[in-house]
Amino acid sequence: MYPDDLKYSDEHEWARRNDGDVVEVGVTHYAQDTLGDVVFVELPEVGSKVDQFDKFGEIESVKAVSDLFSPVSGTVTAVNSDLEQSPELVNSDPYGDGWIMEVKLDDPAELDALMDSEAYQEILE
Amino acid sequence: MIRKTPLYDSHVASNATMVDFGGWEMPVRYPTRILHEVAQVREDVGIFDVSHMARLIFSGVDAGRFLDTVLSVRASRLTHGQGRYHLICNDKGGIIDDAIVYNLEKDRYLLVVNAGNAEVDKQWLSEKMDEFIEREDGDVGFIDSTDDIAMIAVQGPKAVALLGELTNDETNSIVRFHAGEATLDGERILAARTGYTGEDGFEIMFDSSHAPEIWSLLVDAGATPCGLGARDALRLEAGFMLHGNDITAEHNPYEAGLRWAVKPNRSEYLFGDVLRHIRDNGTTRKMSGFAMRSRGIARQGHRIYADGEEIGIVTSGTHSPTLGSPIAMGYIGVEHSELGTDVQIDVRGKTVEAEVVAMPFHPHSY
Repeated sequence: MYPDDLKYSDEHEWARRNDGDVVEVGVTHYAQDTLGDVVFVELPEVGSKVDQFDKFGEIESVKAVSDLFSPVSGTVTAVNSDLEQSPELVNSDPYGDGWIMEVKLDDPAELDALMDSEAYQEILE
Repeated sequence: MIRKTPLYDSHVASNATMVDFGGWEMPVRYPTRILHEVAQVREDVGIFDVSHMARLIFSGVDAGRFLDTVLSVRASRLTHGQGRYHLICNDKGGIIDDAIVYNLEKDRYLLVVNAGNAEVDKQWLSEKMDEFIEREDGDVGFIDSTDDIAMIAVQGPKAVALLGELTNDETNSIVRFHAGEATLDGERILAARTGYTGEDGFEIMFDSSHAPEIWSLLVDAGATPCGLGARDALRLEAGFMLHGNDITAEHNPYEAGLRWAVKPNRSEYLFGDVLRHIRDNGTTRKMSGFAMRSRGIARQGHRIYADGEEIGIVTSGTHSPTLGSPIAMGYIGVEHSELGTDVQIDVRGKTVEAEVVAMPFHPHSY
């Protein structure tokens, strides 16, 4: 439920570094399970700047709304527009089709401030 | 001290997510999740633990006459088994609670009130009852039977057939807003054809010691356990008020759109004068429904604007699972409350376009 190739924040977002300085960002299994049925994701604008641990959007379930916090600083290069029609992808596939945005990193060293899978699972206990 | 219903262990065993609601530890959802639970109630049958709602039993030869003085309707006119939705108002015409009163049998009435208001209700009713007894030398008293009686709501298009099967058709003859006795799993139950979902169904009451067995029996018969999350979405779709959100002691029945639940032209009713005064003077705000016309979900406390001017506030809002779009209700100035009026709602700093629409958002099935 917490893949080894991801880095995790204590606000329950994950970052996956693919090639070069671009990371994919989404919310963790724990986050989607706690929220319940996701019905709305407010996506950032492509080209906008995000800062590490600062709010970049909102995610709403039937019952509640939560802020989304970026695990890294950089420029948004893509957003998952499938979530506009199918926000439930965040529940069904949080690390795959439920990804939220791609960010070009300002400083790859920021990833060191995030947790690995094992450390993240420890804070969930 | 947080209270637990007789079904607490059943909820925990089903891995429900539990929350504190009105002083009770209640399931907000099961692992099946809210969207599925709502769909089951709209299309099939769901069950809800509503044992947290307080059940007060009034008795005595003057019980009906006393209730007539404090409730917004005439309880003494109810036939045996008949129930009625009504309001408990204060001496300013504000709504202390909304409730259902049943005439169980001669000189015996059941009042089902909201969990979070039970203590306030009991204090207010005791005070008025003492005055009534003093004034009229009346014979009336009440007991709180909440802990002795469990209550399960069985709701959905297949609810009536399911309960009929389990009671040898005994419940089939009970009509809407009436209650009757039946035998379920060898136990005597009181089945009331009422609910808070907009679907047909029953709210059944029985000795609390049998609660886990009866809950399991209903689940085995095909009913889906549903939590408070589904219950809140369903009642909002059905346009039903939630006391504490949509109606409070600061609201009167007329601005809340509950004129139909108030009979103020009765000399015995203690608050008839004040309510007639409110009715005849008209109200400045009106409970209204809203559908969003741009992206965003209005929630409780969000402010409502028209042409830049603040005109009201949202009291309940959610994503409607049945409609697949956001819905909300709240109070706005009467001059803005005509259906079709465009309004703007401030959703955490973002302006969302909305329109005043009729309630219920989803039609009642009965």
